[in-house]
Amino acid sequence: MKNFSGKTLFLDRADINTDEIIPARYLTENTRQALNPYLFEDMSLEGFNNKKDINGKSIIITRENFGCGSSREHAPWALEANGINLVIASSFARIFKRNMFNCGMMAVELSPEIINRIFSVFSNRETEIETLFDKSTLILNAGGMKESVEFEISGFDRALVTAGGWVEYADSRY
Amino acid sequence: MGKTIAEKIFESHIVDNPCDNIYVIRLDAVFCHEITTPIAINDLVGRGKDRVFDTSKVKAVIDHVTPAKDSKTATQGKTLRDWARRHNIKDFFDIGRNGVCHAIFPEKGFVRPGFTIIMGDSHTCTYGAFGAFAAGVGTTDLEVGILKGVCALRFPETIKINVTGKIPGGVFAKDIILSVIGLIGVNGATNTVIEFAGPVVSTMSMDARMTICNMAIEAGATCGICAPDMTTVEYLWEFIRDEYKTKDKALEAFQKFCSDPDASYADIIEHDISSLEPVATFGYRPDNIKPVKDMEGTKIDQVYIGSCTNGRIDDLRVAAEILKGNKISDSLRGVVSPATSKIYRQALDEGLIAIFLEAGFCVTNPTCGACLGMSNGVLAEGEACASTTNRNFIGRMGKGGMVHLMSPATAAATAMAGHITNSKLFNGR
Repeated sequence: MKNFSGKTLFLDRADINTDEIIPARYLTENTRQALNPYLFEDMSLEGFNNKKDINGKSIIITRENFGCGSSREHAPWALEANGINLVIASSFARIFKRNMFNCGMMAVELSPEIINRIFSVFSNRETEIETLFDKSTLILNAGGMKESVEFEISGFDRALVTAGGWVEYADSRY
Repeated sequence: MGKTIAEKIFESHIVDNPCDNIYVIRLDAVFCHEITTPIAINDLVGRGKDRVFDTSKVKAVIDHVTPAKDSKTATQGKTLRDWARRHNIKDFFDIGRNGVCHAIFPEKGFVRPGFTIIMGDSHTCTYGAFGAFAAGVGTTDLEVGILKGVCALRFPETIKINVTGKIPGGVFAKDIILSVIGLIGVNGATNTVIEFAGPVVSTMSMDARMTICNMAIEAGATCGICAPDMTTVEYLWEFIRDEYKTKDKALEAFQKFCSDPDASYADIIEHDISSLEPVATFGYRPDNIKPVKDMEGTKIDQVYIGSCTNGRIDDLRVAAEILKGNKISDSLRGVVSPATSKIYRQALDEGLIAIFLEAGFCVTNPTCGACLGMSNGVLAEGEACASTTNRNFIGRMGKGGMVHLMSPATAAATAMAGHITNSKLFNGR
C-alpha cells in the first residue's frame, strides 16, 4: 500500500482542472516519473508557485470538483511522481477520482463544512496529516494543534488501495 | 417502475457487483488513441500480459499529434502501431486514413445503439448520440478494458434535459450545449448521465447530436445520451443492412433501449431555446458563457474550426456558407481541420475546401492537435483564439493563451470581422 501521510499542500480553489494539474503539452512523455517537474505548471491560483510550494508535500487539501476536464491519468501520475498519493477535497470529477483509486492512490471526500473548517484552522500553518487507513481517520497536526477527522471511502475503493490498483484487482477476478 | 436508456444498457451488461453501487460491466467496444494507450500497452508488456480481450472489439487511431511532430510523439505513434500489428487489430487507422477519434469511430459504424464503450479520452461521451453508454476513462481502466473487456462504473443516475422551442436562425447545436452547461454548471452532472430529449433533439442530425453529447463531460457527466430513432438508423444503415431486413426492423431493435415513460430521473430540466442567441465563452470555464453580441469586438488572433466537437461535415458546410466569396481579416489567422480523412474528401468534393483556401484559411490534415495545444495551431502567450473546440481551460491551446468557445458559424463570422461577432445567419443581430 502507498504512503498516505505527510506534509500538506493547501489549494484554496474549486474546479482545478486536469490541464492545470498537468498541461497537455507534457502528455508526450512515455514514463510517469518524467512528469515530475510539470505538476501544476499552469495552475491559476494567486500566490501559488509550483517550483517552491510542492516540494516535500505528500497530501493536497482542496475544494470542490477537483480534477475536472480531461481523462488523462497523467494527473494522478504527476502527483505520484511528486510523492503525493492522497488528495482531500469536498468533491471530485468522476474520471479523476476513479483514476486515483485505480492507481492505488486515494481521493477522499469530506463535507464542504469540514473542508471549510480545515482551511480556516490549518491552511496558514505547516500541517502534517497521519492517515490511519484501517480506522478511516485522518489526524491533522500543526505545531501541537491536533484534530482528527473521519472519512468514508467505498468498500470497492478500499479494496483497490489494498490491492495496489484496478489492474491487480481485476486480473485476479475477471 | 420504468427504466432510463442508460439503466437498460447498463443492466444488460452487468457481470459483477463487487460492492456498494459499483458494477463491473461487459464492454462491446474499447477504443484507443496514441496519447493515453501507449503507457497501458507498456504496462501490460511489463506485467507479461500483452494480450487483447477481443481484437474485433478493440479499435485504434493515431489522432492527437499526426503526423508526429517530434521523436516523443513518433514513439507514441509507433507504440500504438506496433501493438495493433502484433495483435492483428484490423481496425487501426494510421496517417492518411485517420481522423479525430470521436469522429472516425462513429463514421466507421463502430458505435451502435445499446453498446457499452470506453476509451481513454474524456470526450468518449460523444457516442451517446447513438444511444450507446460510453464513458471516458483513464489509462488503468483502459488497460483493464483491453485485457479483460470489462470496466467498473457506478450505476448510472440520469438527468433529463428536454430541449424545446423553435431554433432561432444562427443558433446551432454548439450554442445549445453551451447554454446547457451555462445553466447547470461545470459540476452540474458529475457522476450522472445527461439524457438529451425533446423535439429539438429529435430533429437534430447525427452530427448535431454528437456535438451536444460531446460536451456533456464539460458539465461533469459520465455520458450524454440520445434515444435512437430513424435518424440513427439512416446514419448506420450502410453498416447494418445485412443484419436487419428493413429500416423499421432496425428501429424496432434499437428502440428497446429507449427510456420508459415512467422512468425515474435524478432531475428533469425543461430548456426552451426559442429565445436563445448565439453564445461564446469568456473565461476559463466552459460554463462562463455570454451572448455573442455582449462580446462583440473582442480581439482575436486565431480562429480554429475543427475537433471532435465541431469538425464534421455539417460544421464545415455552415462555416463555408458564411465564408463563401469573403476573406478573413488581415488581423488574424484561420485554421480549419476537417475531423476525418473522409470528411476532408467530402469537403473537397463539395467545394468547401476551396472556399476556406480562398478566404485565407490554413487547411490542415485531420488531427486533435490545436484543441489541446499539442500541435497544428498552438497559441502564443497573450493570444486569443475563437475556437469551435470544447475546452477553454487556462493554457488549453497554448501556455498563456485564451480560448473563446463558439459555433462554427460564429467562428467563421469572427474570422472575417477580425473580432468576435455574430454570423449573418443570426436574425436577431
